Amino acid sequence: MPVSLENSKLIYCALKACGIRLLSALPETWLVHLIRIAEDDPEMILVRLAKEEEGVGLSAGAHFAGVKSAMLMQNHGYLASINAIVSFAHLYKVPLLMLITYRGSFGERDPWQTQGGNVTEPLLRAMNIPYAFLDLSASVEKRIAEAHTLAESSLQPVALLLTHDLMWEE
Amino acid sequence: MLRIDCLRAIYSDLEKCLVVTIMGALPAELQSLGHRRNFFYLQHAMGLASSTGLGLALCLPHQKVVVLDGDGSLLMNLGTLSTLARYKPKNLVHIVFDNESLLSVGGFPTATSTGTDLEGIARAAGIPRAATVRTVEDFAAAARQAISTEGLQTIVAKVEATGPKAFVTDLGLLENRFQFRRHIQSLAAKSR
Repeated sequence: MPVSLENSKLIYCALKACGIRLLSALPETWLVHLIRIAEDDPEMILVRLAKEEEGVGLSAGAHFAGVKSAMLMQNHGYLASINAIVSFAHLYKVPLLMLITYRGSFGERDPWQTQGGNVTEPLLRAMNIPYAFLDLSASVEKRIAEAHTLAESSLQPVALLLTHDLMWEE
Repeated sequence: MLRIDCLRAIYSDLEKCLVVTIMGALPAELQSLGHRRNFFYLQHAMGLASSTGLGLALCLPHQKVVVLDGDGSLLMNLGTLSTLARYKPKNLVHIVFDNESLLSVGGFPTATSTGTDLEGIARAAGIPRAATVRTVEDFAAAARQAISTEGLQTIVAKVEATGPKAFVTDLGLLENRFQFRRHIQSLAAKSR
């Protein structure tokens, strides 16, 4: 599986550098290494979800408890979390650091991912969620730190789109 | 059995817990007994009160967390039972008031009115202890036992589909949210 282990490690280290102590995740191909690294890290509370919207509740609970968290999901998981984001994270001003794999975008080979790719950015804009791309290894650390800073200062969801260029090696 | 009688029966037991509720009649009734800084009312996002409780319980393992859920909310996120069961936080008590109805939106019957058994689903999902109670005495005994001992439990309380006339209270959503977080911070400061 040509998912980039090196860039997954880079992302994980950047999350740790921000003080993230709880990660919620629902597996998807591009996230395999990230989830395995989290699993092997005794300092990280890894919560494997049945459905991504649970992660909004998990992150809210962590925030109330004073623990920094992040969410790992596919863009279809973001689509499945929209009500939770609106009626919890936005309504109650809960910071969310959402790392979203940008499936169905340039370079996508799986036909079933392509519709999700079309609507991801329009829906992030429609929901007023600030977002940026994680597309180059050189900028991963800085961009994750900046996204985390904005989520904490604005008390709102912020999204990072993990691109094919960063996550796939071939 | 009335939900407000159940809430009244355990009101003093909730004093030392972090309490997360669903929206609608339940938080209105709990507030009518007296709001406390350790109560957070999730006035939307149906289904996520238990996920919020799980986040709290995992991050604060020495703090008892009580989720006051409902049948309509839980049915919207049945997967939460499998996630709770997967991590089995010892400090989480999951109470489900099952009135077999979506009371706050006109009283339409939920699937528990046609036989869906939430205790059975919780048990099958892997929740270590699950029970159904039908009297205030049984409810109070089960809830008190769950709050005072370790171990994840789901208690399904069969209650009548009645509630207060109005659900909006004078406690702002954000006021409640910031107060709740401050309260947890003050607990952390005290325990240092």
